[in-house]
Amino acid sequence: MSQLGTYLLLFGLVVSGYGLVAAAVGAKTGRLALVESARRCAFGVLAIVAAANATMLTALLTNDFAIRYVADNSSRETPAFFKALALWAADNGSLLLWNLILAGYVAAVAIRFRRDRPPTFPYALAVLFGVQAFYLVLINGPARPFGSLANPPADGRGPAPLLQNHPLMAVHPPFLYLGFIGFTVPFAFGVAALLAGEGWDQWVSLIRRWTLVVWCFLTVGLLLGALWSYSVLGWGGYWAWDPVENVALLPWLMSTAFLHSVMLQERRGMARLWNIALVIGAFSLMTFGTFLTRANVLSSVHAFAQTSVGPAYLAFLALVLLGGFGLVAWRLPTLRTQASLTSAISREGAFVANNMLLLAAAAIILLGTTFPLVVEAVSGQQVTVGGPYFRSSVTPVFLLILLLAGTAPVLPWRATNRSRALRRLRVPATAAALVMIATAWAGVRQVAVVAGFGLATLLFVTSAQEIGSGLAIGRRGSRSGAVRALLRGRRRHAGLVVHLGLALVAAGITASSALGQQTQVTLKTGQSTAFGGEVLRYQGLSADQQPQRIVLTATVAVFNSSGQTDGALHPRINLYPAATEPIGSPSIRRGIVWDLYASLISLQNDGGSATFRFYRNPGVNWLWFGGLVMALGGVAAAWPSRRRKPGNDDADDAGAVRRRAVVEVGAP
Amino acid sequence: MSGRLTRRRARLLAGVVAAVAAIVTLLATGLGRDPSVFASPLVGRTAPNFTLPQLDGPPVTLSKLRGQVVLINFWASWCSQCQVEQAALDQTWQQFQDSGVVVIGVDFEDDTGAARGYVRTAGVTYPVVEDTDSSAALAYGLRGVPETFVVDQSGRIVDHVIGPVGAAALASEINSVLLARAQ
Repeated sequence: MSQLGTYLLLFGLVVSGYGLVAAAVGAKTGRLALVESARRCAFGVLAIVAAANATMLTALLTNDFAIRYVADNSSRETPAFFKALALWAADNGSLLLWNLILAGYVAAVAIRFRRDRPPTFPYALAVLFGVQAFYLVLINGPARPFGSLANPPADGRGPAPLLQNHPLMAVHPPFLYLGFIGFTVPFAFGVAALLAGEGWDQWVSLIRRWTLVVWCFLTVGLLLGALWSYSVLGWGGYWAWDPVENVALLPWLMSTAFLHSVMLQERRGMARLWNIALVIGAFSLMTFGTFLTRANVLSSVHAFAQTSVGPAYLAFLALVLLGGFGLVAWRLPTLRTQASLTSAISREGAFVANNMLLLAAAAIILLGTTFPLVVEAVSGQQVTVGGPYFRSSVTPVFLLILLLAGTAPVLPWRATNRSRALRRLRVPATAAALVMIATAWAGVRQVAVVAGFGLATLLFVTSAQEIGSGLAIGRRGSRSGAVRALLRGRRRHAGLVVHLGLALVAAGITASSALGQQTQVTLKTGQSTAFGGEVLRYQGLSADQQPQRIVLTATVAVFNSSGQTDGALHPRINLYPAATEPIGSPSIRRGIVWDLYASLISLQNDGGSATFRFYRNPGVNWLWFGGLVMALGGVAAAWPSRRRKPGNDDADDAGAVRRRAVVEVGAP
Repeated sequence: MSGRLTRRRARLLAGVVAAVAAIVTLLATGLGRDPSVFASPLVGRTAPNFTLPQLDGPPVTLSKLRGQVVLINFWASWCSQCQVEQAALDQTWQQFQDSGVVVIGVDFEDDTGAARGYVRTAGVTYPVVEDTDSSAALAYGLRGVPETFVVDQSGRIVDHVIGPVGAAALASEINSVLLARAQ
């Protein structure tokens, strides 16, 4: 099994190496047969990498402890479900999945461009194979998932307890990987345009939809990570400004900026240089993030333990930065565009401001995340940058982003017609003002919280109103007219749906970070405590010996203010044999506004008394729901449209650019 | 648009190279260290005493080994990192057992049969004790296996290694402890 896997990975490297060379030579010489053979290689690499993943999965499920990865991350007692998840429970295995997803993207590109091949396609294919080859080198050299043990142990260690404690582990890493790795596609097409020295505007429309899909995956991946943190770790929160969380947020911010600035290029031929730099920046940040996580540079709950992939990642990062930005510098004269802002208060102006703010947020987070590295490199002292820095510096930027998103959709392109725009803001601004007054009335005195609720309202009402007016225009004809109107402006409406979701997320984050309550109490069996208008009584402890662990479950009965029983909470402590520390599992009663959240901290006298931490968190479910709405909006925007007849309306993506490209080519 | 290297282009490219070099240098300094390594609070203190049953032999009491250098190595048969360091520990034991050095393997959270099987097949020659109720692991604040503590002749912990140990590093460590005593 170990040998089979090793050979498969080597074979995969050879095939993708051939793909790289064939695509590059084909691009340079224009030999179509070479490009076609490279294109077909994509399916070969996918099949080989899939077989390697299947081999590892089989080894995990059949307890093949001769493979060191299996011995380290699985055991006989591990339930089959978590055995399968162990495929991505540690660095080496997760690199297998990483390669599989990347090969999947390359194959998807190969299918998408099987017939219509833009001139940049061979270059893009070469870049894609180059990235794939790097990740295959990684698992053929520094990381060896199929490395074997001379003396196979009778049983394995089992996955890290935290990773076998919740099924969310099944979906959070794959979605995040789909998001991260997907950046390779826009990056490849951006670099391809630089390499080819043409198609400056075409590449943007080619990959806009890819970027949207990737953005959706990353959004869902980040949300699932937050949900995992909230549902599993037992600290009552969902975002800790941990370095690895931060570096996952950076590409999200960059790609969000890109999705907005793309419209500048499509509509007005602006921001050509900017867009290409954003895509290279997003991919570099993704590589940088994986480097930080996997090279064991920063201390984090996510960091993979001691690996040897650091220098290889660093070399790759240097190559990406040098190659990407070096090419930008080389092509700079042609990347400059003539178009400029006609008015600051216009849709264009809003997109520029949006990009500035998103990048400012990214810069603040990047600075805080890498600051400990800089300090240690310079002075040798170990420092950490914690939540307070991030919260106090990022909050104002995020509030400004809400303000912008809540006003920009009413602004017209190019010319300024302020009175009309102001008229459309009347209802949203009034609603926001009312909410702010009500929040302050209710006793909230923090300016950021009042502003957060107000701006979330502004964003929500503006988005809803704009969707509504789009519908109303269509309805003048008939009911089916409304649907047609919605579909015709689909890109705009889908974007507004994302904004609706963002408003919910913003409200949820504001509420949960500012208005939550918590307490820590030690209760004897039968003893009660009052908390947040309810009474919580410790009923006792039960122990359950499962094959792979011992589970101690406390029962806490909940009574409402009038003394009626209102369900129960069951926080647990799990004891895993290979872990020195017990792993807690919180119990959460989720509600539309309030979550009641209980963590079991410690037990005394064989469970005769127990120490709990209770939280009352408002708005957490708005965050999950809003995130879902954002992702659905993204899917709606990315959904392929039926091919329209040429010369139809120009609300949709490719048409405008294609037409402009024709004009540009036709011009002397 | 042509491929000529104008002065302006050269300046830009040099700027990119310089910026990337700065970033890579900064990150490379981070690679040189392990963020999980920090000064162990136990170093410099008296090693917590234990009496534990040996896998094959009489129980071992740490305090009775005063006057000798003791290497306490926490391991388990299910731990692959422990396999990596086992040869180094054996070599150290063979090399120093006549110079007043004892190597003790403390088996952590393990099945006795599995541990015995491992000791036999892997050819472990130094004494191995079983931490049956994990009390020694708790007393030493174990974070995981393998971890190794070096205890000097007066019973003080002089070093604490997280992760697999190497023979050369162990030999130089032991030599310096033996030398400090001789002076």
